[in-house]
Amino acid sequence: MSEFFGDPHALLILVIAGFLPNEVWRMAGLWLGGGVDEGSEILVWVRAVATAILAGVIAQILVQPPGALASIPDWLRYGAVAAGFLVFMLTRRSIFAGVVAGEVVMVAGKWWLG
Amino acid sequence: MALPPLDSPSWQNPLRAFAWGIRSVASTVLTLVLFATYLGIGALAHDTHFSLGWVLGSTLLVWAGPAQIILISTLGSGATAVQAAIAVTVSAIRLFPMVVSVLPMMKTPDTKRRQLVLAAHFIAVTLWVECYRLLPQVPRERRIAFTHGLGCGLLTVCLTATTLGYGLAANLPKLFGAAILILTPLAFLLSTARNCRQVSDVLALVLGIALFPVVSMLHSGVDILISGIIAGSIAYGVHWWRERGLA
Repeated sequence: MSEFFGDPHALLILVIAGFLPNEVWRMAGLWLGGGVDEGSEILVWVRAVATAILAGVIAQILVQPPGALASIPDWLRYGAVAAGFLVFMLTRRSIFAGVVAGEVVMVAGKWWLG
Repeated sequence: MALPPLDSPSWQNPLRAFAWGIRSVASTVLTLVLFATYLGIGALAHDTHFSLGWVLGSTLLVWAGPAQIILISTLGSGATAVQAAIAVTVSAIRLFPMVVSVLPMMKTPDTKRRQLVLAAHFIAVTLWVECYRLLPQVPRERRIAFTHGLGCGLLTVCLTATTLGYGLAANLPKLFGAAILILTPLAFLLSTARNCRQVSDVLALVLGIALFPVVSMLHSGVDILISGIIAGSIAYGVHWWRERGLA
């Protein structure tokens, strides 16, 4: 069992640095959102902010790529996502077609670059 | 796969609503995206010398792909627990408006807060997007049970993928890591774009992407929050102004 989980110190770090930082926001959302009415105008604003923060996460991964993604040139990362979006629009919003197209462009581009 | 009509007898039993939630895992391509992402997370954890139990625990407890990638890579690069906790806390802010905006869809006048705790834990991008798509097809009093089923189903898929990725780590080609990492922005962008219902959502998405590179020059540590609130508020302002113009 100790082999499976590793040392207890690492599990404590998982709770402090992984579980709590996420759960705090979820439970705060539960606490504050519990009283909000589904049709209320403030939810339109909250949805817009949630969408815009998510858009920021998308932009951050593309502009400041983590790990192995940094080995892909800027133009190829942007090009792959643009191609994915284009195919998504052309296929009447098929997420599957868009994701596959973006992946194919990136992998083929990287392979071609060597 | 289609869900039964709202007045179907198969919604009368909460357990069957839970089962419909599990079966809905097969109805979305985002399940495949999650599977691939968690293969990558399992492999990343293996390469940075975390135990299998630890990374499975992170999938179960953290339940947010980008947060797990940040957690594993910052800890793996020798950062302290406090530094990692700060980085993860900032990345997790998006969960707050997501939970606030989606939980009202699951409530009935009799719903207690504690009944929503597990559903709130399951909220991450995928569940947020899928709730908007699927919950209108579920009777209101069965939506919590349905969400629990959907969450448990996706969690099972991700725990399996984490284990597989951990085991396969050494055999995965080098390009695989980059291919997995580009999956997150692609899937987030397309699923959010599909989720847009109002002009304010479209504007928030476009402005949010455009504004982040500018705001990130501040290096404030909470750049994502600043650009998100500004872009979201402008988008809402436009929505408000248009509604007022029509009235």
